[in-house]
Amino acid sequence: MFYRETGQFKTSYAADQQIFPIRQDRIGVVLLLIAAFVVMPLAASNYWFNAILIPFLIFSLAAIGLNILTGYAGQLSLGSAAFMAVGAYAAYNFQVRVEGMPILVSFMLAGLTSAGVGILFGLPSLRIKGFYLAVATLAAQFFIVWCLTKFPYLSNNSSSGVISVPGIEILGIKFDAPQERYLLVLAIVALLALVAKNMVRSTTGRAWMAVRDMDVAAEVIGIRLMRTKLLAFAISSFYCGVAGALYAFCYLGSVEPDGFSLDLSFKILFMIIVGGVGSILGSFLGAAFILLLPIFLDIFLPWLSALLQLPFDGATVSHIQLMVFGALIMFFLIVEPHGLARLWQIGKEKLRLWPFPH
Amino acid sequence: MQFFFEVLIGGLLSGIMYSLVALGFVLIFKASGVLNFAQGAMVYFAALSVVGCMEKGAPLWLALILAFAIMTLLGIATEKFVLRKMVNQTPIALFMATIGLSFFIEGLAPMLWGNEVRPLDIGIVDEPIPYILDSYNMVVSSFDLFAAGVAVALVAGLALFFQYTRVGRALRAVADDHQAALSIGIPLQHIWALVWAVAGFVALVAGMLWGSRNGVQYALTFTALKALPVLILGGFTSVPGAIVGGLIIGASEKLAEIYIPPVLAEVFGGNFGGIENWFPYVLALLFLLVRPEGLFGERHIDRV
Amino acid sequence: MIAGLKKLVVASSIAAALLAGATSTAQAAEEQFFMLPSYRVGPYGANGQSWYGGFIDYLNYVNMKGGIDGVQATWEECETEYNNAKGVECYERMKSKAQKAPGPIHVMSTGISYALVDKVAADKLPLAMMGYGLTSAVDGSVFPWSFPLVTTYQMQASAIVKFLKDKNGGSLAGKKIVFLYHDSAYGKEPILALEAESRLNKYTLVQIPVAHPGNEQGAQWQRIRQEQPDYVIMWGWGVMNMTALKTAQKMGFPREKMIGSWWAGSEEDTVPAGDAAKGYMSATWNVAGKGVPLIADIEKTVYGAGKGNLKDTSKIGTILYNRGVSAAVLSVEAIRAAQAKYGKAKAMGPEQVRWGLENLNLTEARLKALGATGLLPEVKTSCDNHEGSGKVKMQQWDGAKWVPLTDWIEGNKALIHPLFKADAAKYAKEKGITPRDCSKEK
Repeated sequence: MFYRETGQFKTSYAADQQIFPIRQDRIGVVLLLIAAFVVMPLAASNYWFNAILIPFLIFSLAAIGLNILTGYAGQLSLGSAAFMAVGAYAAYNFQVRVEGMPILVSFMLAGLTSAGVGILFGLPSLRIKGFYLAVATLAAQFFIVWCLTKFPYLSNNSSSGVISVPGIEILGIKFDAPQERYLLVLAIVALLALVAKNMVRSTTGRAWMAVRDMDVAAEVIGIRLMRTKLLAFAISSFYCGVAGALYAFCYLGSVEPDGFSLDLSFKILFMIIVGGVGSILGSFLGAAFILLLPIFLDIFLPWLSALLQLPFDGATVSHIQLMVFGALIMFFLIVEPHGLARLWQIGKEKLRLWPFPH
Repeated sequence: MQFFFEVLIGGLLSGIMYSLVALGFVLIFKASGVLNFAQGAMVYFAALSVVGCMEKGAPLWLALILAFAIMTLLGIATEKFVLRKMVNQTPIALFMATIGLSFFIEGLAPMLWGNEVRPLDIGIVDEPIPYILDSYNMVVSSFDLFAAGVAVALVAGLALFFQYTRVGRALRAVADDHQAALSIGIPLQHIWALVWAVAGFVALVAGMLWGSRNGVQYALTFTALKALPVLILGGFTSVPGAIVGGLIIGASEKLAEIYIPPVLAEVFGGNFGGIENWFPYVLALLFLLVRPEGLFGERHIDRV
Repeated sequence: MIAGLKKLVVASSIAAALLAGATSTAQAAEEQFFMLPSYRVGPYGANGQSWYGGFIDYLNYVNMKGGIDGVQATWEECETEYNNAKGVECYERMKSKAQKAPGPIHVMSTGISYALVDKVAADKLPLAMMGYGLTSAVDGSVFPWSFPLVTTYQMQASAIVKFLKDKNGGSLAGKKIVFLYHDSAYGKEPILALEAESRLNKYTLVQIPVAHPGNEQGAQWQRIRQEQPDYVIMWGWGVMNMTALKTAQKMGFPREKMIGSWWAGSEEDTVPAGDAAKGYMSATWNVAGKGVPLIADIEKTVYGAGKGNLKDTSKIGTILYNRGVSAAVLSVEAIRAAQAKYGKAKAMGPEQVRWGLENLNLTEARLKALGATGLLPEVKTSCDNHEGSGKVKMQQWDGAKWVPLTDWIEGNKALIHPLFKADAAKYAKEKGITPRDCSKEK
């Protein structure tokens, strides 16, 4: 009833090609941004900022990065955490070694460093495909983490290899409080998400999808495979790198190479699978789901077992959490292989017709 | 030189241990096109089941049978509740589902049997063979030789099973072409359940050997990571590939761990040990650049 | 519609129940809340199980004996899986509950404690790192809220060197020692100390890292066989330990020449290694067994009342269980110390507990009163020494149990503590912290 495009006429190409063609969507996005930028900082508690909102945004960014590579360009990668590590350590080094370096420039350079490393590890994709490529990206995962452990220079000669980041200051304003860090992360993520959304609608994005759907055919119609694939690796790594820098500076505050383990890579992969492969919105939904589910289980299961007087000790509850998490992942893949983004889309289709059946 | 050979032999024998885990991956990938990440968790589950049954008072042979029964049940359940529902989905979705499965097993196994670290004694001592130690001053462990023997027997057994039994032939038919196998009346789903059970058996063997070596504990799931480069190198679909790949990976990573860090330390200064975590992957990667389908994998031709 | 109403009723009643639960805990008068970001699953789940089992059992024991001077201990666990990000989430979740009357926070993970050091300083909550964590926090002038209590990796390494020196008639000159370590923050911490000791004692130090998880160490031990060291000092954790023991056996390296750190010396490490572990030595800052009256009494009192935390009671009296108890003893004693200054029979606020941790004086007499004689060394902390002891004991695995070999050995404080000072000063500079003046603290 309310969600209808009737009467919204497009009179120019520009209008037809805008990012959200339906007016209600535009209103929705504006409302969402208002909620994120204004309502949240006023309403949320410290716990929400530190443990949910900030990691959610950072993981969304990493998931967008992986989605560009895997969802749009079709190159499966299991090394996203390593590129986050590159970003985190690069940002740290720029910040510590260059006197008076603005933090935002550090983040930017961290992304670029990560992009460079990404191109390097993207080279094999020109010859290798599918699972072989996926396992090859594991080489990046292990090699990068090893390098960060082994070259003391990269961690500013810290005896333990752990880096502890300095505080954030932009134009003399300190970003110490959780709300402030949240707003900083939000601004960066919103901007990069917008860029990504536009990128995947552009020539580049279409070239990626052509390569994803069939690279031989894409080559035949004149898409330069090497350039397209490497660009996907570079941009994907850029996003992961910035996410990594934010992860270190705005979330944990202190990171060690081992923290960027294969588990983290899998977690990001889960996010895009559950959220929706090849969807920017899906990256956000997936990040929220994967992040919130364990927390929810962690709170809900002990409560439930106390309520029902089940004879579970702490260990059993932990084990059940793990089982439920695994089972839900499988359940989800069975029920909706295209992810939460697809559900959202179906919902919108339904809404368009509602309340009439046809 | 003699030290070189000692490292080489040690590496080859470690490689066999990786092959054992890789075999399970290959079996399932061959029959159903699923890269089963849960193989590591299955190794853990199988070994834990054996130890758990023995703690409840079962003798070793009975515990083995019970553990095999549990693994078979797990295989059937996986086929029925997960894989069957996911027919026609992309390989990556199936892969992700097996990661979900591995979480599930990692929760289930310790819930059933407890999560403490336990020893598993299969009666073979992991000590240097005195004769070789005395005459060549080389360390070759009796346990490693035993493991190698088990691996050879396992591969031979599997080869015979695939070659000469009805079920084995059906398995090969399914591996070659699902559609064709279906059309001549091979029940695909039974075969899949069966192949998961066989993979469970392989996991059981691997779990027994790894478990008696390192103790039965959660870390057994990490064996999957040792098997992945073996798979890329040997090809996802080849049983001999798993063995040969394992030997190459095992030998090269040990040699690399001994001989490369000193060189790096000379150049950069510092301590560069621990390269065996990534070396096999980089080696496999370099190898793939030359042969993108692995050592024994099937060549794939793209058509528009 | 009716179904909808029903749902609504159920939902609101659940919400009401939750609210009621929340308020009832808030109302209870004198309670000290222990935040426990614990782990019972994952690669180190078995270790976490015993440690937190011991910790919680002691809190239960204290409560059954009338509490901490009438103040009841409460606690809440949160599963971290030994994962830093999850640990931070747990901390943030429980932080608000701990604001009023916190017990010292125990995460039992070097990685998580690193991530929390800055956060606890900002939130003003006391963090205890008993034998793990950021060791430069020994310098309390830079780290007022973090306490690497009892002893640190560096002091332990130094104590091990001292033990070996005594064993070799007072000199290690010309000896060769291999340091086999878990390639993480935990394993790297003692390197500086061992290097300093090697300059002092003229032994050769060979460092061999083992990458996580360490379930395959063939190459490392072949290297050790080639080096033919006099001793191997091992900084392992989890599966790495038993793999090392097994591989040492395979290579024919005598276990009597292997000395582990205190995280490489528990039953979880030696029992699965079977015969391979016999003769292996390790450092420890608490003893094993039920010979300590306190441990036996906990088993009798807590498990007798069916309130025990562990399902598997065979873990009682193991190294890690007793270490969990020791950590809880120190935490409770810190609160008692604070009560002595700030008011008996009252729950202590964060600043007060911090003061208690900083002015802890656990004497032999007090240990005796607790029934914990010999369980852990005497601990006396101050503003510029958050460690408080720096002593360890050597123990040896006889095939069935850990047998203490020595009395408490103190590391070379004059050599090691300046390292902490230097590290803390560097940290303060990077973070822009102005250190407190310890001479003014009382």
